[in-house]
Amino acid sequence: MSTNDWPLWEIFIRGAHGLSHRHVGSLHAPDAEMAIKNARDVYTRRKEGVSIWAIESSAIAASSPEDKGSLYDPADDKVYRHPTFFDIPDEVGAM
Amino acid sequence: MYAQMVKSTGTGVKSLDEMEPQERAFQERINAGDKIEPKDWMPEGYRKNLIRQIGQHAHSEIVGQLPEGNWITRAPTLERKAILLAKVQDEAGHGLYLYCAAETLGATRDELTEMLLDGRMKYSSIFNYPTLTWADMGAVGWLVDGAAIMNQVPLQRTSYGPYARAMVRICKEESFHQRQGFDIMMTMAKGTDAQKHMAQDAFNRFWGPSLMMFGPSDENSVHSAQSMAWKIKMNSNDELRQKFVDQTVPQAEYLGLTVPDENLKWNEEKGGYNFSQPDWDEFFDVLRGNGPETTERMEARNKAWDDGAWVRDGMMAHAAKKKAMKVAAE
Repeated sequence: MSTNDWPLWEIFIRGAHGLSHRHVGSLHAPDAEMAIKNARDVYTRRKEGVSIWAIESSAIAASSPEDKGSLYDPADDKVYRHPTFFDIPDEVGAM
Repeated sequence: MYAQMVKSTGTGVKSLDEMEPQERAFQERINAGDKIEPKDWMPEGYRKNLIRQIGQHAHSEIVGQLPEGNWITRAPTLERKAILLAKVQDEAGHGLYLYCAAETLGATRDELTEMLLDGRMKYSSIFNYPTLTWADMGAVGWLVDGAAIMNQVPLQRTSYGPYARAMVRICKEESFHQRQGFDIMMTMAKGTDAQKHMAQDAFNRFWGPSLMMFGPSDENSVHSAQSMAWKIKMNSNDELRQKFVDQTVPQAEYLGLTVPDENLKWNEEKGGYNFSQPDWDEFFDVLRGNGPETTERMEARNKAWDDGAWVRDGMMAHAAKKKAMKVAAE
């Protein structure tokens, strides 16, 4: 068995012009060039994309699930950030 | 089902009151329909069970390329050949989506491959049967992919996020597979007497093994309860098998083929067909490694892995060399 593991890459694909890239999955490849070629075969067999990003998984920093509370709670008491917080009288019309 | 008889490590399903706080919180999230993601805490049993199930499923996609690959060079028309090639390529893709889901649980790709190649991990019993005629390509697409869809559609709602997302992609593509199979069957069933005979013969051989794909009857399926509590299995084996029969029989009637089961009869009361159980002795024998094509399948996988070693190593060496040159240039 080969111990020469190909690194893991995360693949992001832009579905259509004007959209942002979205994470679609991961794959193994020896280098970035092959990661993009493999991503073409694995993730765009039905014209699902117009652009591919490949990033080595080990290069991604992620928040940890335990942060769920503390990381986001500053937003909890700021409902006024949403436009629906404010009542605009009907007479004023669309705003 | 592509993952039959997944052995669980648990000792029966615990009630919420019997669980430690962490496990209880986990189970409550699952009960509430939350998705579990790779970095979330999960019980060891959940992780192990999922690796086995997703791994078995991935291996089935990969080994499942072989019975159909057998006919690529002998497809009756160029169009059929191109379609079959695309279908087999999809199966490789499905295997990769699933391996990538299994890897998020900490099983490496090489470990999983190794366990398939040395027989420690299984794949679906269905791929141990031979594909003897072109009509078998029709029967496999129609019945085998049909049975797989029956199992995979509910798995899109499974509790583990990466597995559920892989299933969404797979289900989108799988419906092409079943339709292309039915299309082959329609052509053969409307063809000459010899072609009709081939279609019926393929149907006869694949009916029983397709019913086995859902795994043993519920009363003999000891690992189901825990998997259902964890929502990594969404329906019972018998429930899905019944659904498959009810869906397939009218399709067979449309084709003018006879279901190879003399006990098949519509049961008004249950709103479904009564049918004979497949040969379970044969099923367990195939799982033990005695399927008609088991040796050939394993040899083919091992040969592909061994013959490809120089390519894998060569590409890695090339990547290392390029990297070193880049570093030197900087």
